[in-house]
Amino acid sequence: MEGENVGEVILKMKEIDKSFPGVHALKKVNLEVRKGEVLALMGENGAGKSTLMKVLTGIYSKDSGEVIYEGSSVEFSSPREAQDAGIAIVHQELNMMHQLTVAQNIFIGREFMKGRFIDDKKMNEEAKKLFERLNIDINPAETMNNLTVGRQQMCEIAKAISREVKVIIFDEPTAALTESEIEELFKIIRELREKNLGIVYISHRMDEIKMITDRVTVMRDGEYVGTLITKECTKDDIINMMVGRTIYEDPKEKSNVAEDAPVVLKVEHLNAGKLVRDVSFELRKGEILGFSGLMGAGRTETARALFGADKKESGTIYVNGQQVEIHTPQDAVKAGIGYLSEDRKRFGLVLDKTVAENTSMAALDLFTNGLLIDRKQEEEIAQEYVSKLKTKTPNVTTQVVTLSGGNQQKVVIAKWLTRNCDILIFDEPTRGIDVGAKSEIYHLMNELVEQGKSIIMISSEMTEILRMSDRIIVMCEGRKTGEIAIDKASQEVIMHAATLRN
Amino acid sequence: MENKKNGFQNHPIVKAIGTQKLIALLALIVLYVAFGLINPAFRSYATLVNIFDASYYIGLMAIGVTFAITSDGIDLSIGTVLMCSSLVSGYLITKFNLPVILGLLVCILIGAIFGLLNGVLVSYMGLPPFIATLGSMMLSKGIGSVITKAQSVTWPQASSEQGWFRSIFKINQNGVLIPTGFILLIAVAILAAILLNKTKPGRYILALGSNSEATRLSGVNVAKWRTLAYVISGTLAGLAGLAYASIYSTVLPGGGGGFELDAIAGVVIGGTSMSGGYGTISGTLIGVFIMSVLKTGLPFIGLQTHYQQIATGIVLVFAVYMDVLNRKKKH
Repeated sequence: MEGENVGEVILKMKEIDKSFPGVHALKKVNLEVRKGEVLALMGENGAGKSTLMKVLTGIYSKDSGEVIYEGSSVEFSSPREAQDAGIAIVHQELNMMHQLTVAQNIFIGREFMKGRFIDDKKMNEEAKKLFERLNIDINPAETMNNLTVGRQQMCEIAKAISREVKVIIFDEPTAALTESEIEELFKIIRELREKNLGIVYISHRMDEIKMITDRVTVMRDGEYVGTLITKECTKDDIINMMVGRTIYEDPKEKSNVAEDAPVVLKVEHLNAGKLVRDVSFELRKGEILGFSGLMGAGRTETARALFGADKKESGTIYVNGQQVEIHTPQDAVKAGIGYLSEDRKRFGLVLDKTVAENTSMAALDLFTNGLLIDRKQEEEIAQEYVSKLKTKTPNVTTQVVTLSGGNQQKVVIAKWLTRNCDILIFDEPTRGIDVGAKSEIYHLMNELVEQGKSIIMISSEMTEILRMSDRIIVMCEGRKTGEIAIDKASQEVIMHAATLRN
Repeated sequence: MENKKNGFQNHPIVKAIGTQKLIALLALIVLYVAFGLINPAFRSYATLVNIFDASYYIGLMAIGVTFAITSDGIDLSIGTVLMCSSLVSGYLITKFNLPVILGLLVCILIGAIFGLLNGVLVSYMGLPPFIATLGSMMLSKGIGSVITKAQSVTWPQASSEQGWFRSIFKINQNGVLIPTGFILLIAVAILAAILLNKTKPGRYILALGSNSEATRLSGVNVAKWRTLAYVISGTLAGLAGLAYASIYSTVLPGGGGGFELDAIAGVVIGGTSMSGGYGTISGTLIGVFIMSVLKTGLPFIGLQTHYQQIATGIVLVFAVYMDVLNRKKKH
């Protein structure tokens, strides 16, 4: 295979094939993991990464192909078997019992016993040893609930290595972590590498791949594309392999908003809890106003308070110069404001309903003839947006749960366009969306502002902020700490404002 | 590949009706035919009317509670609310000479008020539906007893002047029985199905039952529509109280507890999801009829009515288990 020998091959997946009804999910995919290396597994959403890992860990059975682990052919029929053989997976979504302690979580299912009773003391001691091995300081007797997501993830890793483990898979481990937590995680991964484990690292974040991995295996549409050595390739090389085309991420040079563009939204002295303190700003017609800041800066909270999703303590909101009272999302929608949550699955979509039903959700009155909903008209409008936004879906009566992240986001956009909202709040518009669909979403946002819509865009990705915004508001610990015109903006300026503590 | 193995569930008819509902429908037919084969007397028209009679109050409650369940809730109060409505309105008619027509309205209104109470407790005060409706279950039971001073109430007989209301559910024309209640039940079911599937309130109840927060953030007044689900449930429990009085004449304080579980069993057998977001009125009706066929049919084959509980339990678990299996296969 390609690449130089970092270590002995511990795991080899050969020509793995897997089909589901109607989908050929994996087409003769190859994967090779070596001892003492971190292998990045990359590909757009739906490329087959997760399916491949599920085949490996026995959640799915493969149709054909071979898995060679430690020199012999294996076939795991359950995650348990894979674990017993030394293959552990740290999932993106954490599987923790929140009311139990850290130690109880780590040893769930194989508790230490003292006669007929559970030996909590022994469990705490053993957990402590694990954390010492990882060089992290977590109290094993702490209730899981009291830990941050980042710390919970550390516990998940501790759980994974509490058994004899030779291969460990990280599935988008940093999605919910703060910068410092990511640092900590990388330290741990490096230590695991030192101990000669084979590590598979799944992520969309290019910077992380460059930082932590040794080789990169890329998949596309269920196929194996190739493997690169991380330090010998560029970001563009990887992206090219992923999408089969080059994507440019040039920052915006100057604002596209006319000097005399009217103010469509004005927020004054907004207060809501600890994370929204006296926030004031203006949004102009046709503008993309970026909201930047570190995790926990209060950007989402500001948006939610503005939208009426959470209670606000005080603050005045003007839409098109008129003061509006917004106490509920209903009020906000009436005022022409739409909110696209960072967590589409929980807050943006009703997943088991159809594309058409989700599209009409905010504007059902438009499709109601007297008492009855006009399904035909509803489906026509939904179809119109599917074509306009190039949403990839078999048809408009497909459940949105089956669509990819980018296409789900398009359905949310269609929902607010159907409602004809003029002010759109995009909260992390491309989170969990693959590179190809990302630039489509960007393109869409640009089109929307050209049509006279105005956008507030909350984003944690610096490149996204610099590429899309006409103006940038920076927050830190609930306060507005900066307002920067795009032509004056740079990563350094933003970071400076984002760390301006009170 | 899996397509071939599970061809059955991909058949267009199966897909359109839904696996669980189809199994329930087949079970209903099999039961009816089986009872009829074992004892030909079961096939008589009079028995059919008996089956219908046993279906009205459970059926109306079940249609109502389908809405509460679809909104990702539950309504445990419907059984005792049925009894409370029937007791209080019957009491007013018999003791205070309240005109029957008003009595009927009061009966339905009491149900609606309990529904509204449940809705407010759940939607505006944030109580878990199980607790809120458990509370109003006890409340309605107590109120019924207090108002009637713990005396039973016997509604006017069909032969009396005030007895005309009974023809809403059954007409006895010179010995020929006309089950008008069946027409009413079907009419209510059709209206309920239209409400649930074709109107805005129904769409919102389905949506919020599936994902309440996403629905709220779409600018939908979730509290209002959730409340409506409970009002529908309560109102139909009130109407069920009328059906019960019509068929069984005497209503007892302290009774009605347990009816709600029969109604909920009917809903579940019919294929409505207990976790909200999906409900089927026709399925609910099928579920209810399975129970009344069992209830009416078991004595015909020499088994006591108690066996109905056992049989219903088995059908309930079996129907849901088939659905669980079916879902697993899809993965």
